[in-house]
Amino acid sequence: MEKTWNNKAWFMVLPVLVLVAFSAVIPLMTVVNYSVQDTFGNNAFFWAGTDWYVQVLTSDRFWDALTRNLIFSAIILAIEIPLGIIIALNMPKKGLGVPVCLVLMALPLLIPWNVVGTIWQVFGRVDIGLLGRTLEGMGINYNYVQNPVAAWVTLIVMDVWHWTSLVVLLCYAGLVSIPDAYYQAAKIDGASRWSVFRYIQLPKMKRVLLIAFLLRFMDSFMIYTEPFVVTGGGPGNSTTFLSIDLVKTAIGQFDLGPAAALSIIYFLIILLLSWIFYTVMTTSDAQG
Amino acid sequence: MARIDLEHIRHAYGAKPKSENDYALKEVHHEWNDGGAYALLGPSGCGKTTLLNIISGLINPSEGRILFDGKDVTHLSTQERNIAQVFQFPVIYDTMTVYDNLAFPLRNRHVPEAEVDRRVKETIEMIGLGGWAKKTARGLTADQKQKISLGRGLVRNDVSAILFDEPLTVIDPEMKWVLRSQIKRLHKQFGFTMVYVTHDQTEALTFADKVVVMYDGQIVQIGTPAELFERPRHTFVGYFIGSPGMNVLPVNLDGNTATVGGEHVALNFLPKVKSGAKTELGIRPEFVSLGREGMPVAITKVEDIGRHKIVRARFADQPISIIVDEDGEIPADPRVRFDPKAINIYADSWRVGEEA
Repeated sequence: MEKTWNNKAWFMVLPVLVLVAFSAVIPLMTVVNYSVQDTFGNNAFFWAGTDWYVQVLTSDRFWDALTRNLIFSAIILAIEIPLGIIIALNMPKKGLGVPVCLVLMALPLLIPWNVVGTIWQVFGRVDIGLLGRTLEGMGINYNYVQNPVAAWVTLIVMDVWHWTSLVVLLCYAGLVSIPDAYYQAAKIDGASRWSVFRYIQLPKMKRVLLIAFLLRFMDSFMIYTEPFVVTGGGPGNSTTFLSIDLVKTAIGQFDLGPAAALSIIYFLIILLLSWIFYTVMTTSDAQG
Repeated sequence: MARIDLEHIRHAYGAKPKSENDYALKEVHHEWNDGGAYALLGPSGCGKTTLLNIISGLINPSEGRILFDGKDVTHLSTQERNIAQVFQFPVIYDTMTVYDNLAFPLRNRHVPEAEVDRRVKETIEMIGLGGWAKKTARGLTADQKQKISLGRGLVRNDVSAILFDEPLTVIDPEMKWVLRSQIKRLHKQFGFTMVYVTHDQTEALTFADKVVVMYDGQIVQIGTPAELFERPRHTFVGYFIGSPGMNVLPVNLDGNTATVGGEHVALNFLPKVKSGAKTELGIRPEFVSLGREGMPVAITKVEDIGRHKIVRARFADQPISIIVDEDGEIPADPRVRFDPKAINIYADSWRVGEEA
């Protein structure tokens, strides 16, 4: 069979291609381009091959930042997912409480990231911040500018405050879709509170939970604004995540080559982990 | 199994019912025999599900008492009453296997595992899902899921009663019949007390020994399918049961003659009617005969439904339905006769008997 070559089809796809090219492909390829070259300014570039990749991957700085990222994401997920579920389970199912709770829950999500950072930065300050002063007054050594533990706690508490709502809202949506008959049947079957959660609520929330998990993982792994505003990556390097490190390298030190290589590696890590989660999600769905 | 007594049960969903109309369920006072098969029949919103949930203990009635075998259970929880209920939409625990679904109610009651195994295997055969034991419940069809819901009730062989809340709504038509006869067979074989809520008269009439017809929050008639058909106690029962329903014509009574428009219908009894009551005559389409003699009617439409024909007509300016045999003729100058034995007289919608 002879294929007809329809050139018109290309014109149909062209607008999208142009858009994607400008928004994704060209910037990405620019970064790839930088990552294999060296420059001393004046737009003079020299071929560097995989040197920058080797440099990044063999540097302690990269591995330390990556470790911090992984630990941060793990802590965030370990707190926000269970906490979100618990809050969602205890939210009212009908009546005036529903809109009140939903609005309260949605509030943190409406605040821009840098504003959240600023709020907590001021809130936690030892000299003028409500939280910082109070803790200091209680004799607790809390100073996120000097104490790495305090800095981490601040970032984690801030992220939990900001994003647990997302998990709550997703779980709540899953919960309200369960018909009453399920709870009644469970009563008749003599199921305990735990069994109701384990065999009715959790299975129904599974899908939204995996989405919540994926979203929270990607977001927390890419965290930048909050530590940038609150701690600036310090004290020392204790809150220097990959994204902060990347900006330091690219803009602070103007090392375009290593920064580009780091970007590509960072991008690939997120892509890989997201793909793994996605695969797990779809296969576990298909099995069930 | 248990006998269930409902003593002056009333229920309102609002906190403080002021008038009779605030009650979703008006007074119900009735005894359900041990091992009986009952159907609660009525249109949506008539209170039949409320009544069922009161029996199961999912709702606490505003007033009245419930007794199981003479023991007051009004304030006992669903578990303590030991009943089983099958819902409109199949409820299954879809992460569990069929076997574990059936074992669930037993394990929750800490039945020894050997006993669980014996009873589950027995039940799986009873509901015809042998061979599916190790399958995950999620992939099953709606009727198989509904069988599991039923099985979770059957597996507890000491249940007081099995309640069904429109269990066949989501089942395919051909499977409805299969499942219904299976439930019926289980009833015959094991003598469970069964209460079956439905708005489908065929389901109710084929399933139950006694059909309880509900309308607007109250029980209007309890009877065998034949009683409901021949002697509807309330005009609602008349037109809710039967296809098409009973013809109800407003009449004036004078002794044993009923007058509709200009037509006189002789009655074979003397009805006892209080003066001032709204009087009506009820006759089923099956007992109206169409021919060349009798009272004149004007035919408006003939529906041929295969086995017989339904003639829609106007009689004394009132709509009337007549059932005619498939090969019965429809004369050019049609006239009707009412079978005197099949005439019921209603005063304010309630059937009246003969003057004593």
